[in-house]
Amino acid sequence: MLKILKYSFYDLMRSRWSYVYFAFYLLLGVVLLFLNNDLSKAVITLMNVIIVLVPLIGTIFGVMYYYNSKEFTELLLAQPLKRSSIFLGQYLGVAISLSMSLILGLGIPFIFYGLFKSNAIWDFSLLLITGTFLTFIFTALAFNIALSNENRIKGFGYAILLWLFLAIIYDGIFLMSLVIFEDYPLDKLSLIGTMLNPIDLSRTLILLKLDISALLGYTGAVFKQFFGTNFGLIVSISMLTIWIIMPVLRIIFKAKKKDF
Amino acid sequence: MIEIKNLHKKFGKNQVLSGLDLEIGEGGIFAVLGPNGSGKTTLIKCLLGMVIPDKGTISVLGENIKNSSDYRHRIDYLPQIANFPTNLKVKELITMIKDLRGKTDLDKELISLFKLEPFLDKKLGNLSGGTKQKVNLVLTFMFDSPLVILDEPTSGLDPISLIRLKKLIQAEKAKGKTVLITSHIMSFVEEISDEIVFLLEGKIYFKGSISELKNKTNQPDFEHAIASILTDNHA
Repeated sequence: MLKILKYSFYDLMRSRWSYVYFAFYLLLGVVLLFLNNDLSKAVITLMNVIIVLVPLIGTIFGVMYYYNSKEFTELLLAQPLKRSSIFLGQYLGVAISLSMSLILGLGIPFIFYGLFKSNAIWDFSLLLITGTFLTFIFTALAFNIALSNENRIKGFGYAILLWLFLAIIYDGIFLMSLVIFEDYPLDKLSLIGTMLNPIDLSRTLILLKLDISALLGYTGAVFKQFFGTNFGLIVSISMLTIWIIMPVLRIIFKAKKKDF
Repeated sequence: MIEIKNLHKKFGKNQVLSGLDLEIGEGGIFAVLGPNGSGKTTLIKCLLGMVIPDKGTISVLGENIKNSSDYRHRIDYLPQIANFPTNLKVKELITMIKDLRGKTDLDKELISLFKLEPFLDKKLGNLSGGTKQKVNLVLTFMFDSPLVILDEPTSGLDPISLIRLKKLIQAEKAKGKTVLITSHIMSFVEEISDEIVFLLEGKIYFKGSISELKNKTNQPDFEHAIASILTDNHA
């Protein structure tokens, strides 16, 4: 698996897209710092961008890489290699190189701005950690979609739909259900609802760490009570980990049964 | 060498292999023939574990291949269409495959046999079909495995390379290897193969030498013998 990972990683490092992605984050980081002139404010703005953009890029890139490396995959399948190691190697190659672009692209401008001397460092690290989690989750989901769909157009379509659902539509449904059932106590339900969507979970996690939960009203207080504690943090991180493990297990399962 | 029992495979509603039994002994050149869509490539991909059969067992070199990948160390496989990652150089591809499969020194010999030196630093996406096929041949033959599977090895090759390929295959046979070939070029099959396996509608229709086939169909030459099987079964 490590060899496949190595080759996938090299392959991606040589492709233009990793650099475009890296340059984009570099630019974003510089512009935000320049405009906000303040580290903590820049972190908040950055969060809003990351929460939406990282899943989108992970999904699109994952699907694109799978379809583009079809020839490479077929070449590998005829070699004495386990299927699970071929696909896991490719998945990790994509996810790691995307995460590296994210971490380096954002990290460099913030470090030059004096991140280590400020107290925003923990917020910023949490931002990067959730960004990495989201990259791993959505790349794995993208690989699942691509493995199940031979047709590229369909694969891309489903990938975009998945992103749209988790990033936007889910929130809409969630809010509507809160409005409809407003007569009932909803704090438990909303907690669970947040847990089930990795994007919402990451957003809440960062928001509460940034100590702006007062904006969220009563539910915010409940959330603060839950997420603000170490227990909440551990539960959230385990939830995000489960969001990685489940799709990865399905990649292994699907790959074992697929015909090429 | 190869033992296949009761192999079934369906793609959607399309039954490609229906209860295929085949035994191939050690040493010699075997040609797998059959009309388009008769299941030749599916059979080969089943042998390689790229296609998972619905039913039936396959063993290669005495080992059941289900859920195993190590047996592929002992198979050299030439895929039908040379689909390589386009942004790799020829040299890098060869190094990569060596890294994945193990050390070998045969690649230099094969590169000079097919006169590939000028292409080593070119990207695979920029090569012509015939040159890609030569790279494909180098990758296949450089590991010296006891079982060699060639899917349409002649496609895109010029006459000189074809002669070299035939010599190469004969040399492999002389080393006692088993070579499995599919091809639509009947003259190539007739010249090179010891035995043929004829697939029809997902089953083995005939297995034996070319002269046996001629006797069976009462045809004077090989090409007509094959044609007569096809017309008798599709008329």
